[in-house]
Amino acid sequence: MQFPRLTSMSLAVAAALALAACGDKKEEPAPPPAAPAAPVAKPEVTVNIGHVAPLTGPQAHLGKDNENAARLAIEELNAKALEIGGAKIKFELLAEDDQADPKQGTIVAQKLVDAKVNGVIGHLNSGTTIPASKLYSDAGIPQISGSATNPKYTQQGFATTFRVMANDVQQGHALGEFAAQAIKAKTVAIIDDRTAYGQGLADEFEKAVLANGGKVVTREFTTDKATDFAAILTKIKSKRPDVVFYGGMDAQGGPMVKQLKSLGLKAKFLTGDGGCTPELIKLAGAAAEGQYCSLPGVPLEQMPGGKEFGDKFSAKYGQIQLYAPYVYDAVYVMVEAMKRANSVEPAKYLPEVGKTDFQGVSSKIAFDANGDLKNGAISLYQVKEGKWEYLQTIGGAAAEPEAAPAPAADAAKPAEAAPAAAPAATPEKK
Amino acid sequence: MDIFIQQIINGLVLGSIYALVALGYTMVYGIMGLINFAHGEVVMIGAMVALTVINLLLGSGLPGVVMALIGLAAAVPVCMATGFAIERIAYRPLRNAPKLAPLITAIGVSIVLQNVAMLVWGRNYHAFPPILPSVDFEVFEATITGVQVAIIAIAALMMIGLTLLVQRTRLGRAMRATAENPSIAQLMGVDTNRIISLTFVIGSSLAAVAGFMVSANYSIAHYYMGFILGLKAFTAAVLGGIGNLAGAMLGGILLGLIESLGAGYIGDLTGGFLGSHYQDVFAFFVLILVLVFRPSGLVGEKVAERA
Repeated sequence: MQFPRLTSMSLAVAAALALAACGDKKEEPAPPPAAPAAPVAKPEVTVNIGHVAPLTGPQAHLGKDNENAARLAIEELNAKALEIGGAKIKFELLAEDDQADPKQGTIVAQKLVDAKVNGVIGHLNSGTTIPASKLYSDAGIPQISGSATNPKYTQQGFATTFRVMANDVQQGHALGEFAAQAIKAKTVAIIDDRTAYGQGLADEFEKAVLANGGKVVTREFTTDKATDFAAILTKIKSKRPDVVFYGGMDAQGGPMVKQLKSLGLKAKFLTGDGGCTPELIKLAGAAAEGQYCSLPGVPLEQMPGGKEFGDKFSAKYGQIQLYAPYVYDAVYVMVEAMKRANSVEPAKYLPEVGKTDFQGVSSKIAFDANGDLKNGAISLYQVKEGKWEYLQTIGGAAAEPEAAPAPAADAAKPAEAAPAAAPAATPEKK
Repeated sequence: MDIFIQQIINGLVLGSIYALVALGYTMVYGIMGLINFAHGEVVMIGAMVALTVINLLLGSGLPGVVMALIGLAAAVPVCMATGFAIERIAYRPLRNAPKLAPLITAIGVSIVLQNVAMLVWGRNYHAFPPILPSVDFEVFEATITGVQVAIIAIAALMMIGLTLLVQRTRLGRAMRATAENPSIAQLMGVDTNRIISLTFVIGSSLAAVAGFMVSANYSIAHYYMGFILGLKAFTAAVLGGIGNLAGAMLGGILLGLIESLGAGYIGDLTGGFLGSHYQDVFAFFVLILVLVFRPSGLVGEKVAERA
């Protein structure tokens, strides 16, 4: 049998092609506007910011969404012709494809380290972000992920890891509470896709369900590439749970909801941020009606700069899939730290990232000692008439009033307590 | 009991899909001894073309079944042309090259097709519109949808049709002769290049049907869908005995049943020690066992290489 060898060969060739393709796609940044007032040309420094997400494979639609958001932020920043440390700054985005594969994630991470990038935005998946974070940490490169929610990412003791989204401990907690209290589920069945994200979220959900007095009747597994779930759903049907929870992405969640209905399961379907997309509704069709999902943060319409960002993004790249606002914020958080440190050197601006106090598009961003988002909120949604409708927000700034005030936080700012009421501040408010 | 029957039905549907795709692998292998790794991608193109045409027709007010058939009718020639082109561009120039060379071009073609599809249809998932009537049948309290019945029936019909074609027609005889010895077949007046082209064209039309059925059943089409499906179908073909039409069918059904029953019962039988994440492990474990004890597959013909 030559089959396994061939597969790995094909993957290697695929990887090589994918990398080559990405290299070609790099867009020329907008030419820096000439500075007519300055008689002596200032030195120009190119700052490379790496961005990693799956651009091929089953999650390519989410990966491209992230990349577009990063590109939008970079283009805006370039248009402003920033000066840091006395030099004109030109940002350049090095977009890499990790195929949502942990092995590939470390390969492209090494590539970015070798290219001496000034910072990294990403990766998309927890499963790729965690192994890659070691490489960035060793090289001293700050890393901000807009979507990796597995708690482990920031708990490894690295100084370089940050995320601008609530983690899965918070999310799993909120989901478990919601299942027990709002859906009034007594028994749940749990499925996960065996990725760091899916498994991590499912574990946290299970804990929260048990803590709320619920019962887990069965725990089933699939992969992040599967389309057929009939076997595990049939088994779940025999256990008659009130709720089926899925820890995984929309590409599996959609068909799963559909098959759940066609097998005649009466249980409600509940999933986390990976399934909280328009794509899931599209794939599940009518079966999506009445199902639930959760998403860290608040809905786009309620985000401080949500509407404005949504319009800007849609005009250029079409519908937002999922994490775009968070990735966009991640870029700004990084650049703001560079500005405060007056340096683009990773070692110099890294301490400033931790001191971030920034009004982003998605929320007010400040980090705790681990690099996790402080006061992360979790919102729950339900499909009504073919659309995700916002139900409620659990946790977040409103629920946790200033337990540990951020050093730079403006105490008189009520915006923090009610993000919806905040003025639609532009990200570069400072 | 209803759960057990439901699992059997799940396995049969999944298995029939594997079998449909496996027929394409096994046909090409039977004639040329070549594993056409791009076959999964042809399946994907079939699904994508059918879906595109159906989406164009959505506003036309035609009955759903008619729209679906038009979509399928459009997908078949596109896939045939793709199959023909693949053979001409990637395999024919390497007809007399070492065996490994066309294998590598096959992988190359597969990657190229995936990326072309990504450029044409984008990275997003496409949902198959709900145009087919949703009829559910109850079999001993288990559910089977109309589409699933159609999948099982079409897979069976195609296997019978292909067997008749290969065993009973002039073309089939030429195919068998080419499979046995291309150069002697040529001396006997068989245009082997034409036969090989035809094999690819027929295999690709099966792929079009398979792609259409898969996306109708799972309501999903994506440029990447051919990869895993192709891998599983290839496994099914090897399990049954690659090169043998009945073997592809048997291997496909068997693989589907193993996966479905494995996922459904491993957890309970082992008291939670092994879970449904072992479903693929069991499928491949069976494959290894079969290959150890019957290297040519379950019903594969003995290859007379071992003297």
